[in-house]
Amino acid sequence: MDLWDFLEYAAWAASALFGLFIVIDWIKTDSTYSEEFLTSSREGELEALTEEQHHRG
Amino acid sequence: MANAQQTEHVGLARVLGPAHVWALGVGIVLVGEYMGWNFAVGKGGAYAALMACWFAGILYTCVAMIDSEVTSTVAAAGGQYTQAKHIVGPLMAFNVGLYLVFAYTMLEAANAITVGFLVDTVATMTGHEGGLDQRPFIILAIMFLAWLNYRGVLATLTFNLVITAIAFTAVIILFLATSGIFTTSPLQHKDLMSGPAALPYGWLGVLAAMHFGLWYYLGIEGTTQAAEEVRSPARSLPFGTLAGVMTLAIAATLTWYVSSGLMPWEYLGQAGVPLFDAARLSGSTFLMVLLGIGTLFATLASANGCINDASRAWFAMGRDRYLPGWFGAVHPRYRTPYRAIIFLVPIALIFALGAPIDQVITFSILSGLLEYTFMPLNIILFRKKWPLESIKRGYEHPFHPLPAYVLLGLCGITFFAVFLGYGTQLVAMIAFYIVVSLWFHFWRYRFVNRGAQFTMPWPKPRGY
Repeated sequence: MDLWDFLEYAAWAASALFGLFIVIDWIKTDSTYSEEFLTSSREGELEALTEEQHHRG
Repeated sequence: MANAQQTEHVGLARVLGPAHVWALGVGIVLVGEYMGWNFAVGKGGAYAALMACWFAGILYTCVAMIDSEVTSTVAAAGGQYTQAKHIVGPLMAFNVGLYLVFAYTMLEAANAITVGFLVDTVATMTGHEGGLDQRPFIILAIMFLAWLNYRGVLATLTFNLVITAIAFTAVIILFLATSGIFTTSPLQHKDLMSGPAALPYGWLGVLAAMHFGLWYYLGIEGTTQAAEEVRSPARSLPFGTLAGVMTLAIAATLTWYVSSGLMPWEYLGQAGVPLFDAARLSGSTFLMVLLGIGTLFATLASANGCINDASRAWFAMGRDRYLPGWFGAVHPRYRTPYRAIIFLVPIALIFALGAPIDQVITFSILSGLLEYTFMPLNIILFRKKWPLESIKRGYEHPFHPLPAYVLLGLCGITFFAVFLGYGTQLVAMIAFYIVVSLWFHFWRYRFVNRGAQFTMPWPKPRGY
């Protein structure tokens, strides 16, 4: 066992951690918000949204 | 999060500037200078690779100019997909969307394979015996960059800006150190490129070199995918894209100059990491370490930009119901197309772990080439339907329609060059796009959100 063998294990572990973060957050997000809200983005709507938020202060 | 809910809708965040656009475009491409371009040398010798570099440079200058004009008026995620939707029609848009996703996902897979190869090379150089399992490093590259993309576009492209700038600076330093400006130059162009080595396969070799000549610039058109996330699209997108193509033309020429002056064409044409090899041949440990880091950073920047671009194209298609609407979701906190990012991770992993790199690269090049062939048609129709006086553009490209015709001609030549080496893949790829086009026309189009897909406040097109 040299440094590279440990790095192999570390790479497996880090990959699993990143994957786990993504999956947990994905499940949490999908169960917290409604589907209409999550898919409410509309092309060309951002300028309007920015304006609206700006006015609400 | 509460703010997002108050508005009752959520969209991508406009947080990027011109430097991020530059980092996205150059970041995707610069890896092509570190590896891949040199297969053009194998096809026709060093002079042929230089000619391919410049012809491809003309092709991509046309791409960048045309793209800058159209995208400065169509400021939405999806880039060329959204352009095609507004200017040509749904079937073209569907195909262009798929070209984009394939080109970027395949390129991401190729980059991840390269990360594994690089780590293995470093392990061998440092005395590791028994070989290294490359898979965990390939998977880590994809998972880390997917996580970064998931967490937000600003951090993702700021990361790209830093590592791309370091990789570009490394090329400049290598050139300065070997050019003879400060010390005696080790470059031997005269000896390495004279006699039969000048053009070993004649002019046919120059034609064949065009296939890999694209590698110097492939992906710069990806800047348009940031259209919905830049603060000032009409200014930032043309600026970032055109500055990117100039950066790449400089990097490509310097790369060719240094590498062809240090290595005979027979070796250079097959080298896995030519710039790293050039640094090793220079005899400087500092340059070797610098170019090693540059190679790794260029590879990561490319994969990172590819995840960003492929996910935006997939997301835009989902939002318009060209694909299931589920993919059109935006993360309320991170403001990223998170489901599109997640969906493309296993696809990249399958290709990175299961397919040979030359096949993966060829599929990426072919999808890119199909996309470039669409662009001349796109700009000709755009100018015809909406002449200059009808819509205000952020950038107007010069000499229209000359760049469109030059681009079309160069695409035709490159298709022939690809056919010479990878005819079967070319036919298979076109057959695939015909089949999915039929599926879209006869089945999927009924689900498309037809009323909401034309969003630009343009006047009625001329002639309609």
